[in-house]
Amino acid sequence: MNPTTPGTQLGQPNTTAIVFFLLFVSITLAITYWAARKTKTTSEFFAAGGGISAGQNGFALAGDFMSAASFLGIAGLVATSGFDGLIYSVGWLVGWPVVTFLIAEPLRNLGKYTFADVVAYRLKQTPVRLSAAVGTLTVVVFYLIAQMVGAGNLIRLLFGLSYETAVVIVGAVMILYVLFGGMIATTWVQIVKAVLLLGGATALAVSVLWRFGFSPAALFSEAVNRYGPEALAPGKLVSNPLETISLGLALMFGTAGLPHILMRFYTVPNAKAARTSVFYATGLIGFFYLVTFILGFGASVLVGRQAIVSVDKGGNMAAPMLAEVVGGTGFLGFISAVSFATILAVVAGLTLSGAAALSHDLWSSVVRKGHAPEAEQLKVARIASLALGILAILLGVLFKNQNVAFMVGLAFAIAASANFPALLLSMLWRGFTTRGAVASMLTGSMSAVLLIFLSPTVQVELLGNATALFPLKNPGIVTLPLSFVVGWVVSLLAPETEAAARFAEVEHRMHVGAAVTPPPVTVPTGVAGTVPPGIPEAPQKA
Amino acid sequence: MYGNSKDEALKALAARRWRVAGALTVTMLVAYLGFILLVAFNRPLMGHPFMPGLSVGIVLGALTILLAWVLTGIYMTWANRHYDSALDELRR
Repeated sequence: MNPTTPGTQLGQPNTTAIVFFLLFVSITLAITYWAARKTKTTSEFFAAGGGISAGQNGFALAGDFMSAASFLGIAGLVATSGFDGLIYSVGWLVGWPVVTFLIAEPLRNLGKYTFADVVAYRLKQTPVRLSAAVGTLTVVVFYLIAQMVGAGNLIRLLFGLSYETAVVIVGAVMILYVLFGGMIATTWVQIVKAVLLLGGATALAVSVLWRFGFSPAALFSEAVNRYGPEALAPGKLVSNPLETISLGLALMFGTAGLPHILMRFYTVPNAKAARTSVFYATGLIGFFYLVTFILGFGASVLVGRQAIVSVDKGGNMAAPMLAEVVGGTGFLGFISAVSFATILAVVAGLTLSGAAALSHDLWSSVVRKGHAPEAEQLKVARIASLALGILAILLGVLFKNQNVAFMVGLAFAIAASANFPALLLSMLWRGFTTRGAVASMLTGSMSAVLLIFLSPTVQVELLGNATALFPLKNPGIVTLPLSFVVGWVVSLLAPETEAAARFAEVEHRMHVGAAVTPPPVTVPTGVAGTVPPGIPEAPQKA
Repeated sequence: MYGNSKDEALKALAARRWRVAGALTVTMLVAYLGFILLVAFNRPLMGHPFMPGLSVGIVLGALTILLAWVLTGIYMTWANRHYDSALDELRR
């Protein structure tokens, strides 16, 4: 087993943890069985048939977004360096208002399963969907690697399982959810996970605050007594302001380009529900980050920085160790199981959005030009999910012992540079063209990957070179404006009359929705020849 | 398919929605950039105790999180009350 420090059961097989985890897996697999019987069409597989309520989607969005990295990572960062953790919490949250104001409703009204539906609406299908799939799949793969490697390491620390076993378990259970239960099962897994994570974190925070007369200030004062006033002031994290702003831009606009988040807006019946669900999600996630801040300080005071760092240098075990101190092995087991469940839910959402890009954008639209029969679409969707699930396991094993923390930042930078500008320009600018969209999306993803490769993170920390060609760890400040400018200039160079002519239709449908445009033809999806490839025919419940 | 006046009204309503959305986005961006610029350039202020146990930085950080939620709430309330009903008018 793993080396453990005296006084903690962490890393020892923990009965409560195993019982809670098995309970979670049994409940979610039962949900998957139920969902599988309701998943008969592509719309049900990718968008739960549009039958998820605003409240349910609010929890599911929060479930998709609150990763184990943010729960354990931010609590650990706060525990070991105090205030600095809050900078991350704020950054992770401020993307949500942007999603609410700019993206949620137009996306719901214009698209069907992927954000490429929106960009490709009045442009040429094949080039736009190919480039959008590049952006989506790059984001999904980097995000998946970060999650799978994180899963392997965390579960090894929490349960004492081997790294490979952990990766295979996470991959296999996730494949079951997605393959059989599609979006319906994935949504309910997210909801159950969000409730457990919020409940667990809140219970932990309450039991910490209870010792300080329910006064956060008293808790923070105790941290000052121990670690000096620096605990409440900005520290080493912000040594380079430009770096901070660059990271900030990637976080703020990256959220609005994350495929697994965008996809969730297709699961609700209409634009109003989409808007309401982001309001709930923003509240839940904001509350969660405030709670995490309390947990971090609780751990630094009640567990101690030294003890936390001795178990894991990154401080990731701060929250579980805190649970053990305030609630014993039982609470430790519960929090460990919740962390495991958290990773499972996030990878399920990611895999499903990658599968949508593969089957809906690449297979149905590019290869079959919109003429794939329903049964074939569903079959391809399932094959794509299985393939991505297996890929996730292989990548998880391949990247063992690699420092992959930068990959989440990379995923956000790509999402912000490749997906967000094209999405926004396609909704707002009449003159946006196919070439402009393709150039913007490809420039965004390639420049983000290239600059990260040339950054100190890869060149100095990973490859051990003395210097890096590009000075910043996060390329957002360069790649996000670059992608906008490229999309704009390329569109101006060669106007596309047809795309401009159809902008009025986009504007109309973006606000009014599909219901009012000519009588909603209820055609079974994909019956050859009846649906023009460019027009997603998602029915709109007003 | 629609009369010109309806088309014009829809265009105006759409433009209004983008203006509200744009203004709220800029508010969020300014508040957030303000917060990180203060963190980057005025560490003493951010570390200054507001009261024992609470620094200015912590209060501002928590307020930024609260603001994000309040702004989405303002947008939702505006859209539910004004935008949706205007849209329903136009749908008739």
